[in-house]
Amino acid sequence: MIQHATFMRSGRAIVFLLASLLLASGALAQDRRTETLIIANEFGPNSLDIHGVGANRPAYGVAWVAYDRLMTYGRKTLPSGVVSYDYNKLEPELAESWEIAKDGMSVVFKLRKSAKFHDGTPVTAKDVKWSYDRAVSIGGFPTFQMKAGSLEKPEQFVVVDDYTFRVTFLRKDKLTMPDMAVPVPSIYNSELAKKHATAADPWAAEWLKSNEAGGGAYKVESWKPGQEIVYTRFDDWKSGPLPKLKRIIQRDVPSAGNRRALLVKGDIDMSYEMPPKDFAELSQEKGNVKVVSVPVENAIWYIGMNVTKPPFDNVKVRQAVAYALPYDKMFDTAIYGRGVKLWGASSNAPKTAAWPQPDAYATDMAKAKALMKEAGYANGFETTISYDLGSGTVSEPMAVLIQESLAQLGIKTTINKIPGANWRAALLKKDMPLIINRFGGWLNYPEYFFFWCYHGQNAVFNTMGYRNAAMDKQIDAARFEDNKANYEQLVKNFVQKSFDDVPRVPFVQPTQDVAMQKNISGFVYWFHLQPDFRQIVKM
Amino acid sequence: MTAATIATAPKRPSHFRYVVGENPVTAFAFVLFGLFVLLAIFGPAIAPYDPLYTDSAAALRPPMKGHWFGTDSVGRDILSRVVVAARMDFGIALAAVALSFAIGSALGSCAGYFGGWTDRIVSRGSDTIMAFPLFVLAMGIVAALGNTVGNIVLATAIINLPFYIRVARAEVNVRRNAGFVEAARLSGNTNARILLRHLFPNILPPTMVQVSLNMGWAILNAAGLSFIGLGVRPPQAEWGIMVAEGAQYIVSGEWWVALFPGAVLMLAVFCFNLLGDGLRDLIDPRRRT
Amino acid sequence: MLATIAKRLFAAIPSVIGVIVVTFVLTRALPGDPAAYFAGPAATTEAIEQVREKLGLNASLPKQFVRYVVDLAHGDWGQSHSTGQPVLTELAQRLPASLELTLCALAIAALVAVPLGIVAATRPGSWIDHTCRIVTTAGVSLPTFFTGLLLAYIFYFLLGWAPAPLGRLDPYLTAPPPVTGFYLIDSLIAGDWEVFVSSAKQLALPAVTMGLFVMAPLARMTRAAMLGVLTSDFIRTARASGLAKGTILYRYAFRNALLPVVTTMGMVFSFMLGSNVLVEKVFAWPGIGSYAIEALTASDYAPVQGFVLTMAVLYVLLNLAVDLTYTLIDPRVSLDG
Repeated sequence: MIQHATFMRSGRAIVFLLASLLLASGALAQDRRTETLIIANEFGPNSLDIHGVGANRPAYGVAWVAYDRLMTYGRKTLPSGVVSYDYNKLEPELAESWEIAKDGMSVVFKLRKSAKFHDGTPVTAKDVKWSYDRAVSIGGFPTFQMKAGSLEKPEQFVVVDDYTFRVTFLRKDKLTMPDMAVPVPSIYNSELAKKHATAADPWAAEWLKSNEAGGGAYKVESWKPGQEIVYTRFDDWKSGPLPKLKRIIQRDVPSAGNRRALLVKGDIDMSYEMPPKDFAELSQEKGNVKVVSVPVENAIWYIGMNVTKPPFDNVKVRQAVAYALPYDKMFDTAIYGRGVKLWGASSNAPKTAAWPQPDAYATDMAKAKALMKEAGYANGFETTISYDLGSGTVSEPMAVLIQESLAQLGIKTTINKIPGANWRAALLKKDMPLIINRFGGWLNYPEYFFFWCYHGQNAVFNTMGYRNAAMDKQIDAARFEDNKANYEQLVKNFVQKSFDDVPRVPFVQPTQDVAMQKNISGFVYWFHLQPDFRQIVKM
Repeated sequence: MTAATIATAPKRPSHFRYVVGENPVTAFAFVLFGLFVLLAIFGPAIAPYDPLYTDSAAALRPPMKGHWFGTDSVGRDILSRVVVAARMDFGIALAAVALSFAIGSALGSCAGYFGGWTDRIVSRGSDTIMAFPLFVLAMGIVAALGNTVGNIVLATAIINLPFYIRVARAEVNVRRNAGFVEAARLSGNTNARILLRHLFPNILPPTMVQVSLNMGWAILNAAGLSFIGLGVRPPQAEWGIMVAEGAQYIVSGEWWVALFPGAVLMLAVFCFNLLGDGLRDLIDPRRRT
Repeated sequence: MLATIAKRLFAAIPSVIGVIVVTFVLTRALPGDPAAYFAGPAATTEAIEQVREKLGLNASLPKQFVRYVVDLAHGDWGQSHSTGQPVLTELAQRLPASLELTLCALAIAALVAVPLGIVAATRPGSWIDHTCRIVTTAGVSLPTFFTGLLLAYIFYFLLGWAPAPLGRLDPYLTAPPPVTGFYLIDSLIAGDWEVFVSSAKQLALPAVTMGLFVMAPLARMTRAAMLGVLTSDFIRTARASGLAKGTILYRYAFRNALLPVVTTMGMVFSFMLGSNVLVEKVFAWPGIGSYAIEALTASDYAPVQGFVLTMAVLYVLLNLAVDLTYTLIDPRVSLDG
């Protein structure tokens, strides 16, 4: 009997203990949940090192929150009420202050003395120099991005003392300062990195691919490639106000329908990539999900025609195509209205130096047919429409509609959807006659866009193979033109030329849509289109 | 005996009628198969709309009068596309299986008949294919060669080869030295003639069943390839790619885009599977299950 | 015994070699240019050449093949260019996820299909028999990705019975310390009940999706085998001797019918391992299937080769295991021959 009683008592004790544990864990779970953000995307980073070969877009997001840069951009509020970065305002991040020399050919940064890396090492100017040297020497995308701001040689970067860093300019380039606030010149923990460098790998690229060595607001707690990346707040972060979120879990969920279901059911907090239709519907629904939309700066969806491949070498054929595109249909069924229309202006002569801006083309089959006749192709011809499988949600309906429209001109097309790796290679080969593609530039200047997409240097983004000496002169001049009036005139000139010659037909300026629970605030739009968890608050 | 005194025996039901009569499910499968064949042949003629005609204003309309299966994301009539796709899917299935059967039987027969190195090479090749994860092999072939209908057929044919090779080899091997083969040889028939005229008919019974099952599997394979983007090219109508495209609309409530092609696809594969069982009962009663 | 096992493994080597060669050729025939892909979006032709040199893609095909085989022999399965991780490590991490899913799917399928097959065999030609055939055939007639999405929609989105299709574990929980890599086992070893329950719940939908697809062959084979055994002499004797129906069915008939059922299970298991790619994609399951698909679309050679090689080896081991099980079930069966 006594044994039974003790057993019952101990049994009761166990039950009580379990119950209180459950309650406590429930309470803890509740706390955990307001300080943890779960975000689901189609795919995650393929590297923790933005300088690494083939780093994908989500990898830029890693650099953004796990690493600091000397400066960052300020904020502005858009007419829609959304907070965006302001590319005209540079603000301190790792650098507390900076001073541009009187001759305008160098700048000196004073670094924060309290800044530390995640392993506790203080951040000093030699780390900045190592990181900048790395960015301009390692080759590939980072070097080319640095070059866009005339940051090209290690000799430009000088350690004055532990907390003072100088950058000398090669030429007066208005993009130099902004280029130092983009994700590429992230500050690496050079001591830690050098420990893992080898003779064959002096920049520790191997090690940094899967290990983070930064001093940013968040530490990478764990990374399972293809599955998830988990960030924890770096409580000693001094380069800005300490973020409210303590933990970020970013999971890969390849199925778009599932991402929507997860959002609606409240099992995830945020998602970036979904089909435009889902964003359109979620923004109308009265549930617990809200959608934030911002037109992506300096980006357009376009239909490109390879001017080196007849009959697209004939400007009248290109114009005919521009008049034959089913703009409204595509806007409704491919993009669901998530974009800014870039057609139907009153004329091809721009009134402002804004970019992107609409051209004067619109769906006009009669004009299109007349132009085809003038060009000598009254009976049409055969060609292919190509697009990247990865962007198929938008590109495929566009392709189908374009195919149908062009058929009315006698242009018979086959649709060619090209998977990932092949797409990049095909773009490089420049042998596709007609493509549907999207391009956006980080630095919001029209001449920057045109430099990569229309200039005769024939960069890979000049998918049309377009070369026009007069336009090149205008673009080059605009890059270094100080006088505002002259600058705007140059821009208007080359924009008009691009509309008249129409090697690519602009379609829409896409919006970046982000869907999130209604209790989430603090979203900021950034040009790199990656989430910035440092400002986000979950109520 | 005069003709008058010979009483005519009562007519026994044909074997076919007996088997089908005994098993209503098989009967159902044969009827369904017939319907599908008719659909494949006459589909494009009876479709109410042009399967390629888009009407963006009428995109994603639910099933209603005039569009009994609703419309898809660019406003095409789903009923018309489903009907027309029958030809594409049956075509793919038939071509893939016919190719597989022809090549597999030929290879297997040679292996079983000649033995020696032919046998070794063919068997090893067949084992190698079987050791592959089949769907990934199909994916690889289509990715490597390009996603045209021809390549999809080729990939499906390749992954189905081992079965036909194995069966053909087994059947021919067993009869290689049988009496009738010896007799044929002695009368001067060439090896090719022996293989084709005498040995080949023996392969048919066990493979017939598998042919039917493989046709169902070929359609599912094409659907899987479409899901990852390696299926037929748009704007072709094919059940698999319609299901794959419709899958993204399930959560947002446009269930008809995936459901109707999915149901018809399932019915077709279902029919092929049941047909396989029926054929087995018909052709080889010993192996009835 | 060991000698026969060794002999069998030896005999399987030519197939494995064949698989290696074919995969190598196939991946090299993929039209993408991995160098262009990994040099990044803004690369110039020179930059891509550099990357191509670094990736060793400029050597002739036979040289590349030799290098690959030599590396394999040293245990170096190459590196995935898209994740930057060694292929062997990633496969080792992801294989348990796929195995756990496949085994659970097989268990679910067997638990449903085998009894169904037995019942159908005891009443051949009845409506139960026909229903069994129709239900199982229906399961195998739908593409797996469609079944998966449909089940997720109904049971997660509409009914809320199943948990979020976010992978193997609820995101707020952390994985148990890896012992076998199977979350179900590891969580029990670590004594973490919450993780065990969560893993089991996350497994439910994907396992059912895959299981539906293989019920038909299992049910059909069970039915056929049982029918064959039930009509044999010794069963007739048992019936005549007045043994209870249950005893006859399970103690005698089923055991004898087990052989072909086990074969089918083996076949079905290896088929599932190869075809789980679509289910893994739908449910965000971090297994080797999704790994292989992503690598294939990125023209990333090493993971695809590694995946296929793993599958081939597993296939060989599986066949061996099935044969060994045979000898356990039926002492008359020997491994030789």
